[in-house]
Amino acid sequence: MLRLLKPTTMSELKQTPSQTVGPYFAYGITPEQYRYNHRGMADHVLYKNTEAEGERILIRGQVLDGEGVPVDDALIELRQDATPEGFGRMGTGTLPDHHFEFDTLRPEGSGNAAPHINVIVLMRGLLNHLFTRIYFSDEAEANASDPLLSRVPEARHHTLIAQRSLENGRVVYRFDIRMQGPEETVFFDA
Amino acid sequence: MAKRDWSIHPPLIYPDYKSTVLRGPKKPLITIDEALMDPRLPVYGEDALGALDNDLTRNGRGNGEPLGERIVVHGQITDERGKPIPNTLIEVWQANAAGRYIHKVDQHDAPLDPNFLGAGRDLTDKEGRYRFYTIKPGAYPWGNHHNAWRPNHIHFSLFGRHLESRLVTQMYFPGDPLLQFDPIFHGVPEAGRKLLVSTFKLELTEPSFALGYEFNIVLRGRNATPFEADDHE
Repeated sequence: MLRLLKPTTMSELKQTPSQTVGPYFAYGITPEQYRYNHRGMADHVLYKNTEAEGERILIRGQVLDGEGVPVDDALIELRQDATPEGFGRMGTGTLPDHHFEFDTLRPEGSGNAAPHINVIVLMRGLLNHLFTRIYFSDEAEANASDPLLSRVPEARHHTLIAQRSLENGRVVYRFDIRMQGPEETVFFDA
Repeated sequence: MAKRDWSIHPPLIYPDYKSTVLRGPKKPLITIDEALMDPRLPVYGEDALGALDNDLTRNGRGNGEPLGERIVVHGQITDERGKPIPNTLIEVWQANAAGRYIHKVDQHDAPLDPNFLGAGRDLTDKEGRYRFYTIKPGAYPWGNHHNAWRPNHIHFSLFGRHLESRLVTQMYFPGDPLLQFDPIFHGVPEAGRKLLVSTFKLELTEPSFALGYEFNIVLRGRNATPFEADDHE
């Protein structure tokens, strides 16, 4: 319904400040590796129980710190749509080589927007979570007219584009997240 | 959406908290307007939660009750205009009463509690209120600097309605002498710090059972415009 709201200047509450997710989230947020009877709300497989159709893909990458060292305690969240099926989570401490690896459906574009997945990055040493986006290397034409990518300096586009390859018949997109350095991933303030 | 209020949130690199130095991005964030974001985060139903998910004194029991001071934490989740955010997911995790996390990387020389997991969750009700029972977490040492100790705290993860309203934070306890030395807490600009400290409330305290604390949380909401679709369910 439509209704009249108070002007924004009146009695605004302050946002609760952000704090780091810390190093010890895994048993609470991505708990499948622990022995307790405590399930997570989401894991690294999206669209498990859905009949939605599409190309099944893997999205794999590492989070690299300012010295290029893989981060072993980051939490990566993918937000692909507004349903619980379209939300995924994985801790980079799960696999021995500290990759994240999501199994999902390749998204479709809509309107001007190229196919993409929103990503939330959290870790010890990040006092605020960060937003970034995954675009796809085989969508060059759609990427070229994507309204959000057009806000990003062209020299940095490639940090947002996952590279497609085939691995034992499976489609794998590589998407590394670099926290610093000349190849620092583009992060958004949204 | 309301923008992230950088006068309240900590900076991305805060050298007193050493691990920010190599992990916080150095290039400016690229500001985008809300029209370019996919707005919604998932809403979970009651059926997604277990019956004991909001009772950390019961959801990790082995052969008895967890040790420590039993507490109950209440709060309301609203946007900046005080509008409640109903039916939104809250996840919490914390150390046990001895200051030890069950996480396998935690090597602090303090005992695990065989009856305490330290993780739980809740959904807010129609008025945006949540409640959970737990054990007051202990302080623990960490490697940031010589003789560094984290104050007692409970980690909170919140979704809200939109991607932009996502928040991960920590709730602290009133009067904790370690707060003044903690660089994670002090990363928050001074004006914001008190917003992270819960309030002890006798009226929330359950006689002969649990001490009551209140921790209200404000998530980013929609900018007030003269006319706006009311999209809170």
